Amino acid sequence: MFTVTLESHDWSLHRKGAIDQARHKRKVKEAIRENLADIVSEQSLITTDGKKIFKVPIRTLDEYRFRFDTSEQKQVGQGDGKSQVGDVLERGGQQGGPGKGQGAGDQPGVDYYEAELTMDELAGMIFEDLSLPNLEEKRMQELESPAVRFTDIRKSGPFSNLDKRRTIRENIKRNALQGDPHFGSLTNDDLRFKTWEQDIQRESNAVVIAMMDVSGSMGTFEKYVSRAFYFWMVHFLRTKYDNVEIVFVAHHTEAKEVTEEEFFTRGESGGTKASSAYQLALSLLEERYQPDRWNIYPFHFSDGDNWPSDNELCLQLTSELVERCNQFGYGEIRQGRYSYQSTLMHTFERITNPKFVSVTIADKADVYPALRNFFGTEVGARG
Amino acid sequence: MGGYARELEAGIERIWDVAQSLGLRPFPTHFEIVPATVMYEIGSYGMPGRFSHWTHGKAYQVQKMMYDYGLSKIYELVINTNPCYAFLLETNTVLQNKLVAAHVLAHSDFFANSAHFGETSRRMVDTVTLNADRIRTYEFEHGADDVEKLLDAVLSIQEHVDPHATPADAHADHRRPATAPERAYDDLWKLSERGNGNEPQPERVNDMRPSRPMRDLLMFIMEHSPRLTDWERDVVAIVRAEMLYFYPQMQTKIINEGWASYWHARIMRELELSEDEYVEFAQLHSSILQPSQRSLNPYHVGFRILEDIERRWNDDGKDGRAKLMEVRETESDVSLIRNYLTEDLVRDMDLFLYQKVGDEVVIVDKSWEDVRQRLVTQLASHGIPVIYAEDGDYEGNRELYLRHSWDGTPLDMNYARKTLEYVNRLWGRRVWLDTRKSDDEPLLISYDEKHGHQIHA
Repeated sequence: MFTVTLESHDWSLHRKGAIDQARHKRKVKEAIRENLADIVSEQSLITTDGKKIFKVPIRTLDEYRFRFDTSEQKQVGQGDGKSQVGDVLERGGQQGGPGKGQGAGDQPGVDYYEAELTMDELAGMIFEDLSLPNLEEKRMQELESPAVRFTDIRKSGPFSNLDKRRTIRENIKRNALQGDPHFGSLTNDDLRFKTWEQDIQRESNAVVIAMMDVSGSMGTFEKYVSRAFYFWMVHFLRTKYDNVEIVFVAHHTEAKEVTEEEFFTRGESGGTKASSAYQLALSLLEERYQPDRWNIYPFHFSDGDNWPSDNELCLQLTSELVERCNQFGYGEIRQGRYSYQSTLMHTFERITNPKFVSVTIADKADVYPALRNFFGTEVGARG
Repeated sequence: MGGYARELEAGIERIWDVAQSLGLRPFPTHFEIVPATVMYEIGSYGMPGRFSHWTHGKAYQVQKMMYDYGLSKIYELVINTNPCYAFLLETNTVLQNKLVAAHVLAHSDFFANSAHFGETSRRMVDTVTLNADRIRTYEFEHGADDVEKLLDAVLSIQEHVDPHATPADAHADHRRPATAPERAYDDLWKLSERGNGNEPQPERVNDMRPSRPMRDLLMFIMEHSPRLTDWERDVVAIVRAEMLYFYPQMQTKIINEGWASYWHARIMRELELSEDEYVEFAQLHSSILQPSQRSLNPYHVGFRILEDIERRWNDDGKDGRAKLMEVRETESDVSLIRNYLTEDLVRDMDLFLYQKVGDEVVIVDKSWEDVRQRLVTQLASHGIPVIYAEDGDYEGNRELYLRHSWDGTPLDMNYARKTLEYVNRLWGRRVWLDTRKSDDEPLLISYDEKHGHQIHA
């Protein structure tokens, strides 16, 4: 009679767990996409070299249900035989929080899930549908975007590029020469591989002039936001375009061209004359980046706290810049400090050219919408 | 079959004979050797063949990761069916798998003989496979996204079932008299009054208002939801049926694991183990029974209580083993703790109550009766708050009124609000939740798409 049996089957085709795991991963990605605004302004991302894997906290993958909040309640525990009333098991919320150890499904756990992402995966999601707006054909073509085209057949190559059709044909041909046309007994001689050529498509030149206010009125938050924006902008340009030039300009009452490293790390002080930066940008256009050969994208981030008598000059210079570039982006950072518009923003409202785009950032989460505003595909048309 | 399998098979046959001779009466048991990935898959679905959902995928990923990093390992996996199915990990040594087999046969015995499993389906693997097919059909007909969103909502309240609920319980009882008879035989006298046309007309009852508040939220929603379509109701029914199958396992975690641990130790001692094997067995045994500080290890607590029962009955000159057999037939975790967790055991196991005080977690109480009472309270609800459906036509507006049965522990309100959104998905109209912040602070919240979350009291 059958009472106990032992068997071993082939389970190698069994993949249900893996399939549902993929469903779960897809949901994680969706959750990341929904949380991009928060992730983009995450401090830990911006201060890295861009090569690391990040842990991104995701809040939406909790399996919500009715459960107790036992954080303040008495729980049953077990000691090693010497426990006393008053013994401290944990101080300052450090050692083994809820979720660790066995059982204990009724304790509120850490309510986020950490997904691991590389910088490239994250950048891919953020930049998915962003591009430089109003890009035009210019005289000298330098902006490269490489493409691969399979154009040739060779007798050697990587097996992933094996041209099966041609290989079979060669084999049958060789067998036929020996009087027996059939497919079989392949030799290395029969193998045919597809090979490719790097096809460089030249796009128009582009230069981005990144201007940042580094005056004393720019507090920690303002600096942080402008750097976060520029960090993603630089990353975006380098991911999408092989050959975009970026010029970094820092200004207070005077403007100067700085290196990328200085731009992202140095702080200054003093008053603010935005016109100094615009002046420098205009002279760059004269000397290096002539508008008939370059697509030009100036960006300026400031708290808008400009020297009042400088505003008219700013308006004049900006109008001139806007005429000669593809898009001028102005970002003003106002963390609840100003209930009214800054005088600079007020002045800029008089510019009617749709190539002038301005955004206001009041919160860290506004960085991502600002990126979309400047680099969303239809920006120029919308103005 | 290789040498490993031959040796293991011989070992398991011997274990079966020993178990029989010691008085265990398990279902016929079918063992299968599987790779780790299959073990984790079955573990994360609860049983083979269950429906697809991302939460299963999440559980699978977590278990696989724990295994890959060497953090934890599932040793045993056994399914309550007749014949019983058990899975052994192919990477275990023969001795480890022998211990697991002994452990599993005791689970099989528990499934077969505990009163709490009397009404579970023993053909559940077939049932869940058919259920999974039906859900796959719905995915095909209505789109995987819609089915997933529905399952997200149903699974959020899947624990709120009651094995004894019937569809009729969800409705107002038309037959029950509004007032109880004054004396035992009053209703007999009324028989002669029948038909004189003067008896009061029965009060109009609202069918959406159950006569008694209903703990089985899934049943109530299936019966009354103004929104769900037929196939959606079927999905609710599937989740409910599968939950009812798993329900007794939640009620008997400590006693079942204690029982299996008690027997794997007894059976292994009957085998002729070499010294090395004995050391390996002892190591594995003690790692399974390792106490943990902040949450009780059910293997350990169950094992200690059962051993104590046997010793006390033997000391009294009675048959300890026979007493154990009786305990396994009748007790659940709650009754085991209430009836058999003694003052001596609480002291010997060094159980205590701890609590967060300011920034610290401190042991606050070691009185054995307090410990027992708290444990019983925790186990009675399996850590799940008791929620009743009181009214499916609240304010005459077909809104759903839920009441949290207050036992002194507040709900995690962040989770409660999100769960209300899910219940709203199932009900389609505003959903209310009546609970408390503390003993003397009532709290009434509601959610619907139009008004969002609201606090009323």
